[in-house]
Amino acid sequence: MPGKYALFLGCVAPYRYPGIEKATREVFKTMGVELVELQGAGCCPAPGVIRSFDQNTWLALAARNLALAEKQGVDIMTICNGCFGSLFEANHVLQHDPEKLKEVNQILAKVGMKYNGKIKVRHFAEVLYLDIGTETIKKFVKNPLDYKVAVHYGCHFIKPSRIKHLDDPERPRLLDELVEVTGAKSVNYKDKIMCCGAGGGVRSRSSGTALKMTEEKLKNVKKVGAQMIIDVCPFCHLQYDRSQRDLPGFDIPVVHLSQLYGMAFGLPREQLGLEAHEVKFKL
Amino acid sequence: MAKIVEPNPAFTREIIAGGPNKAGGGDTLMLCYQCGTCTASCPSGRLTAFRTRQLVRRGQLGLKDEVLPTEELWLCTTCYQCVERCPRNVEITDLIFIMRNIAAKEGFMSDQHKKIGENMMAIGSTVPFPDTMKKVRADMGLPAEPPTTVSDQKAMADFRKVMEACGFDSLMKGGKK
Repeated sequence: MPGKYALFLGCVAPYRYPGIEKATREVFKTMGVELVELQGAGCCPAPGVIRSFDQNTWLALAARNLALAEKQGVDIMTICNGCFGSLFEANHVLQHDPEKLKEVNQILAKVGMKYNGKIKVRHFAEVLYLDIGTETIKKFVKNPLDYKVAVHYGCHFIKPSRIKHLDDPERPRLLDELVEVTGAKSVNYKDKIMCCGAGGGVRSRSSGTALKMTEEKLKNVKKVGAQMIIDVCPFCHLQYDRSQRDLPGFDIPVVHLSQLYGMAFGLPREQLGLEAHEVKFKL
Repeated sequence: MAKIVEPNPAFTREIIAGGPNKAGGGDTLMLCYQCGTCTASCPSGRLTAFRTRQLVRRGQLGLKDEVLPTEELWLCTTCYQCVERCPRNVEITDLIFIMRNIAAKEGFMSDQHKKIGENMMAIGSTVPFPDTMKKVRADMGLPAEPPTTVSDQKAMADFRKVMEACGFDSLMKGGKK
């Protein structure tokens, strides 16, 4: 079995969809994988607004989070594509550009911190796939699921693939395999790898544009008769769940992979937070 | 009468140099040969007037006034689909971040985005953490307050200090919209 990871919570999961946080903690506990607390962590920071405004602020705040994990000697594990994107890409810059690392450390010195570029940034889904493995996960499935689901990869999980090297960016399989371990069937649909519409600061600045993209995706998911959307990002999750308030004709529950695993592992439903969603989970 | 737009070569050079933060990717600007694969791959451009190829061309030509004040600059969701498919390995998303950094420095920031910047300065999060959420968390068996900047005053002070050391607070004050 793998070692331990520092759980990076981000913003949307703990403050909007705490069921995702709870399900993640319970699922990893069930598998005997230790998650340590990242006391004092802040926003990743948000790639949409903060990186768009000022990349040095983005880099320094990411380095602060990375330094917190490095101090504990553990790799960081995110449950969100946005956090993964920011922390992974910032880490890539800091590990490949000694000048930037030096500049960032001058800033961190003001708060008594330092980052040495020694840790890895992981996404919980690839930790499940690469470190734990589908064969092991299968052993924890107590309650096999019989759902037909639409997997949403999101953007910052496997892209940019030239630095992430996790899967084929055009035809990925990783999440489909992780979902099918539970017994659920992952169905193909049009524009499966397309963005949900929320990223890059688009949801906050031009919500109408974001909503149009979300509607495209929802239409394609509905057309193939999927019973729910499975995501690995609380921000995509929020975009799909809340947008259905404004889009008539859709009633598709949105479930984070950790929540799906919670169901398959037979964890109590009330610990998964599905009732707190806009679109009620009635299955 | 046709409108003659004056190019601004300094703008092109500023993008190539990585903008105000000397960020990576700017040096790929001139590799673009305008094939349009980016525009064809863009999920946002499908539904809006945003044209990725055109934005890159404007950068190459130094058409600063046709880039910085536009809404289109902010319609990219940073999905990286164009980057994945670019036959010239142009770091298109990096170029957009650089152009947005230049825009922000010149005061082009929307109120909605500044609100998120303010949340960051106040609680270290993009979204507020309402008291009602504490109960939802506790009922689920989670600590009412997560171990993040919202419940750790020292961490929040450090977080803010890092933002100030980077000049983020003064950047926010310089915004015109």
